Amino acid sequence: MDWLKKNLPKIVVAPSFAVILWFVYGFIAWTFYVSLTKSKLLPNYEFWGIHQYVRLWQMPRWHIAVENLFIFTILFIVLCIFIGVILSIFLDQKIRSEGVIKTIYLYPMALSFIVTGTAWKWILNPTMGIEKFMNQIGFENFQFDWLVTPGMSIYTIVIAGVWQSSGFIMAIFLAGLRSIDDEVIKAAKVDGASTFSIYTKIVLPMMRPVFMSAIVILLHLSIKSYDLVIALTAGGPGISSDMPAVFMTKMAFGRSEVGLASASAIMMFVTVSAIIVPYLYSELRREQDVK
Amino acid sequence: MKKILIAIFAISLVPNVSFAGPKAEVLHWWTSGGEAKALSVLKADFAAKGGVWTDMPVAGGGGDAAMQTLKARIVAGDAPAAAQVKGPAIQEYDDQGVIKPYNIDSVAKAEGWDNLVSKQVAEHMKCNNFTEYCAAPVNIHRIDWFWANKSVLDSNGIKMPTTWKQFNAAADKLQAAGIIPFAHGGQPWQDATVFEAVALGIGGNDFYKKAFIDLNQDALSGSTMIKIFDQMRKLQGYTDAGSPGRDWNVATGMVMDGKAAFQIMGDWAKGEFSAKGLNPGKDYYCSPTPSNNGYLYNVDSFVFYNVKGDDKKEGQKLLASLIMGKNFQKVFNMYKGSIPARLDVSMDDFDDCAKKSNSDLNAASKAGGLMPSYAHGMALKGAQSGAITDVVTEHFNSSMSSKDAAKKLAAAVKASL
Repeated sequence: MDWLKKNLPKIVVAPSFAVILWFVYGFIAWTFYVSLTKSKLLPNYEFWGIHQYVRLWQMPRWHIAVENLFIFTILFIVLCIFIGVILSIFLDQKIRSEGVIKTIYLYPMALSFIVTGTAWKWILNPTMGIEKFMNQIGFENFQFDWLVTPGMSIYTIVIAGVWQSSGFIMAIFLAGLRSIDDEVIKAAKVDGASTFSIYTKIVLPMMRPVFMSAIVILLHLSIKSYDLVIALTAGGPGISSDMPAVFMTKMAFGRSEVGLASASAIMMFVTVSAIIVPYLYSELRREQDVK
Repeated sequence: MKKILIAIFAISLVPNVSFAGPKAEVLHWWTSGGEAKALSVLKADFAAKGGVWTDMPVAGGGGDAAMQTLKARIVAGDAPAAAQVKGPAIQEYDDQGVIKPYNIDSVAKAEGWDNLVSKQVAEHMKCNNFTEYCAAPVNIHRIDWFWANKSVLDSNGIKMPTTWKQFNAAADKLQAAGIIPFAHGGQPWQDATVFEAVALGIGGNDFYKKAFIDLNQDALSGSTMIKIFDQMRKLQGYTDAGSPGRDWNVATGMVMDGKAAFQIMGDWAKGEFSAKGLNPGKDYYCSPTPSNNGYLYNVDSFVFYNVKGDDKKEGQKLLASLIMGKNFQKVFNMYKGSIPARLDVSMDDFDDCAKKSNSDLNAASKAGGLMPSYAHGMALKGAQSGAITDVVTEHFNSSMSSKDAAKKLAAAVKASL
């Protein structure tokens, strides 16, 4: 009975743990195996070495996708956090209609990426959106055709993504700010620190764990960005705003290249791990040191 | 009393295991108005012969979602009785062994399909090294059509071009007059559709075969291909700024409204004109893009997978027979805008564009210009056609030089094999 009581938490968690272990990590291992085979239309299990990876890195389209992923991820994370932090600091000043304003900023998060993508597609379209509007109200030479310019289409995806997710980051940071003890701020004010330096030197460093969660969430949103790209540019014009998730789906299901798609999925996995694992390690280590 | 009631209840739950007649589960993506109407002809025929049709529609124009669902079902070992698959994908599935033992071949041989369809169409429908029928052809779509607004052309004194030079001259004239010469939807498959029509016209029938069927490296990177890319660059100049991402039917709408003059699209565009009550020759022109008796075809078909259960096998045989039946071939194609795959169906009730398509089909077949469309999955497997489309759409949406494009094309095809 005692044994049962002691191990009850483990027993309760065990089924979900087993399911996750199998369905997430087990299938990651399966995908890795398929990426080492010659699978075309359907998975086949004949070992073929790392040829799929060689083929993958020889495809110009994959290079474009990876480049876009880096551009999008870096801009998305930096802008979302920047805007989120600024908004949360402003909202933290105990203003009057805080609840209403917070809700307004958080609304975009309630939309699915498909809706965001479609709406921004119309807004950014040069023949019916912002450019047309500005032309109609008199700014005849105004041009904002990023959406249809191959080199700039990825930045439109950044715009739509940041619009959607900054509200969420703001909410996270606001919760973090609220959890900071007032005494610390009062002590700093007594020492004569300006509001700006209070925030930059005391408050934000205290919110390290919040930064970590924000970065992890944004990173995963960005790697996953399939529906936003499909709705906004469909990978176009041409293939200029292709992303690894779009590439993977198109290869696996549209082009009967299941082995190649698995290789690209593993590459995405490796990229994410390469960033998250050291970050996690350093953050957890810091906690250990502090303890 | 309670026991008797429970017993009756239990017995009534036992499924009635009598032979309920031929059954067929059919996966397709013909969900939009005209297509659904066309398919309902087959459903009605099937029900009339006592069959039970289980519909499995998966919406999504290009069939991407349907193909995903199909693959999932096949991997799970529970393939549907029939699925809307066309072109080399049929043989690709056969290579995976999921179509054996070719249930419908007996029906095909009994009805003499070899004599009812052209040799090329028959080849597409056969598996096991092109010896046994495993799919039934539904129609023949022609890809390389010009659709033009009659009043726009007439008021600018332009006739339907019969060479690419004439087209360029007409387009320049229209552009000077402030009309969008070429309505285009900037999606990869549409770029590919235009590309193959241009390639057939400028390169010629033999070149098309060498480049897109034999995948000859010299043809893909040579001077003819460079000329083709040059014409694509010219076409890009004739489109408008809103073209990237536009759907094909929105582009057809631009031609119907007179905002644009020409569109290159397959004959399913005819359905858009008909739905608006417009008539060929009176409101719009349909003519083949300039070529030397070339004809790019797309044959939609249903492939019949290996299923267990006599009722399912009977369903497949009945379905195959009905698909090749004269009634279905005529009525379906009248609704869908294509022409029958079966050769002996009378064309009297079809409209002028369809009649022209039929006569061109025979002429092209005799002249050796009847070519499978690469853009619509008839000539190549997905990996190769996708690689070509990537280069075509990249070139069309950038300022890449034709020489670079041709080089990239040859390299991409090589890498995808």
